[in-house]
Amino acid sequence: MGDLQIKKQPKNYDAVVVGSGAGGGMAAYVLAHAGLKVCLLEAGPMFDPKTDSNQLKNPWDSPRRGASTKFRPFGDFDGCYWGWEIDGEPYTQKGDSKWEWWRARMLGGRTNHWGRISLRFGPKDFKRKSIDGLGDDWPIGYEDIKPYYDEIDKLLGVFGTNEGLENDPDGFFLPPPKPRLHELFIKRSATSVGVPVIPARLSILTKQINKERGQCFYCAQCGRSCKVYGDFSSSSCLVIPALKTGNVDLVTNAMAREVLTNKEGLATGVSYINKEDMQEYQVTGKTVVLAASTCETARLLLNSKSQRHPNGLANSSNVVGKYLHDSTGADMGGIIPELFNRKRYNEDGVGGMHVYSPWWLDNKKLDFPRGYHIEYGGGFGMPLYGFNWGIENLNGKYKINGKQKDAGGYGASLKEDYRYFFGAHVGMAGRGEAIAREDSYCEIDPSVVDKYGIPVLRFHTNYTDYEIKQAKHMKETFTEILTAMKAEIMWGNDDGPHNNWGLHNPGNIIHEAGTVRMGNDPKKSPLNKWCQAHDCKNLFCVDGSPFVSQADKNITWTILALSMRTSNHIVDELKKQNI
Amino acid sequence: MDRRKSIKTLLVGGVSASVIVEACNPSDNKTATTEQKAAEAKPSDINRMAEEKEYEKKLMAEKFFTDAEMASITILGDIIIPKDDVSGSASDAKVPDFIEFIVKDMPEHQTPLRGGLRWLDLQCLTRFEKPFKDCSHEQQMQVVDDIAWPKKAKQEMVQGVAFFSLMRNLVATGFYTSPIGVKDVGYIGNAPNQWNGVPADVLKQYNLAYTEKELKECVSF
Repeated sequence: MGDLQIKKQPKNYDAVVVGSGAGGGMAAYVLAHAGLKVCLLEAGPMFDPKTDSNQLKNPWDSPRRGASTKFRPFGDFDGCYWGWEIDGEPYTQKGDSKWEWWRARMLGGRTNHWGRISLRFGPKDFKRKSIDGLGDDWPIGYEDIKPYYDEIDKLLGVFGTNEGLENDPDGFFLPPPKPRLHELFIKRSATSVGVPVIPARLSILTKQINKERGQCFYCAQCGRSCKVYGDFSSSSCLVIPALKTGNVDLVTNAMAREVLTNKEGLATGVSYINKEDMQEYQVTGKTVVLAASTCETARLLLNSKSQRHPNGLANSSNVVGKYLHDSTGADMGGIIPELFNRKRYNEDGVGGMHVYSPWWLDNKKLDFPRGYHIEYGGGFGMPLYGFNWGIENLNGKYKINGKQKDAGGYGASLKEDYRYFFGAHVGMAGRGEAIAREDSYCEIDPSVVDKYGIPVLRFHTNYTDYEIKQAKHMKETFTEILTAMKAEIMWGNDDGPHNNWGLHNPGNIIHEAGTVRMGNDPKKSPLNKWCQAHDCKNLFCVDGSPFVSQADKNITWTILALSMRTSNHIVDELKKQNI
Repeated sequence: MDRRKSIKTLLVGGVSASVIVEACNPSDNKTATTEQKAAEAKPSDINRMAEEKEYEKKLMAEKFFTDAEMASITILGDIIIPKDDVSGSASDAKVPDFIEFIVKDMPEHQTPLRGGLRWLDLQCLTRFEKPFKDCSHEQQMQVVDDIAWPKKAKQEMVQGVAFFSLMRNLVATGFYTSPIGVKDVGYIGNAPNQWNGVPADVLKQYNLAYTEKELKECVSF
């Protein structure tokens, strides 16, 4: 290690942005378009969906036929590098905590593969404590963020419909695609048991919105990322356009180590390791904008200790890492006998559901405090690894083309069975709001470092009765909908108190938020209402970390809106020379 | 819908025309050339990060099953998915090659398959004094019939049933994800198109209709 030295970049940027996902991509986009000089650090390699997407590959193009690996937990064609585990980058748990931590390492982060579900938070979602006494209110309300939602709807594109719902606000929507056959079945049965079903709201371009991006061509593969930029990814829609301004220096394979500060306690830049040459670097800027992901941002702050910030940067409140929470999740699925032996046609549609169910009940009448929405799946999908796995549990149960057969089997008769059942499956998933709690947190593990020598995170997270009762309610609702559909439930119906009603481990839904929350009181929150550190005025967080609570909505659209709002604030403050 | 028309529509969309034309290698033209391509399935066919490339290079260099085991896998595969009047067999679809790869990629399948093949050979040795692959077709089918029907199988055959169920599932995965199998099961997709809703005759068959609201609000072509 004799030749190890710290290389300092001479250029002083207006902003050093860490992370190129939704939050960091938006920050780079806004700052660069305002003429500011930006250095964007990304821990993974370059990725441009135009050239790097696995879109339109066939199942046999993958030797494992699309099965998952540790490199791509969502399958071999998926558009996200890494996931639940990364070689040489461990994390640990405290007690019986079972946090699952997804980490993307690539330009654009997780947005290359996300579900594109783009839901605005509603007015109630910012003021939950005032409603049910739990958690905290945000320091801002819907009216503060609405103009930014409006702007990103138009800038990035989202389809949906204006339904006039109180807590699922209207927006500027492109037309949604028509429901698929199983979605019409779902709509009929769900509506019959009192669950509303409305067009989904996904950031996919059913109409062209600008010359840089193409229109959706209905291959159902948004998860692989889109070669024509027909859906929203931070890589395609924010970072690559930002690079074109000439104002952004992108450094890929740059793993941030800590935020640097001066004697006055202000941020001066970021130190990072370049994963290609394994050398140490420092880059300086007038402001530092963190968007490394909810938990990585907390890790960076906690690892940035100095005389002025002995407890980690922006952490005089001792709150950094706390209030970590993910969406709740529980699922169920089955098969619809009425759809056996279906006529074949191309029903790929967009990459995801065409309809969904927003939260429809009043928690005052329920035994848990927050709601959930329901996502739906089913129909003809591209056959991939695991295609009709376990047919021996299915083909003895139903008459196939009029004939009762024994379970299992082989031969031409078995081939007939596979054809008969294709396209009859249906599934649903509840995604709900957990309560952000102080004792659900991540912290620095005192004795473990990753392969770069950076201290790692240790998690302490669990669920309470609130979330478990919500999962139970999800399962009851799913059973009602599937029963009304005359579907046979095949999975997700063996739950009970023994497994928290099928509630997924926290982190598993990959909507984690809350570790560096906003608030007006510097003693209770690291960030102010501009996502600006109370303790360090030129430091900002623009990923999921500033969230006070995360609603029963997927958080990306709100990350984007908040990041745009904060980035505009940074531009103003720099102009006024306040920072 | 006419594919050339759909591509043209996309071109009007303006972006990355060459990418799309190159990418939408249409599924019904995927015959000999794509099957050859499948046979040679190289990791480089799809996007890979550096760590994945290294891992797959290592897998490709390994050999797990012996030639004798591969012979048994091939016979079993073609019993499970034979040629019929719709499509070819498991071996036509190169399913044995897929199984050789997948056990290297998913080591949890190695012992159940290797042990299961040994169980099968021992059954055959006891009954017919030959390993499975050297038995006559009738003899092979006698043993297969003892393990292919989970609800009817005798208690002493349960290990064989578990093995055969795993083989059935792996062979089906390999077959229905091959060009022959995708066509057989009738998956029509993975190509640029315009989703205009459920076809009218299908809506009628299930007594369904789009609402006026849907017809008004949704994208139509």
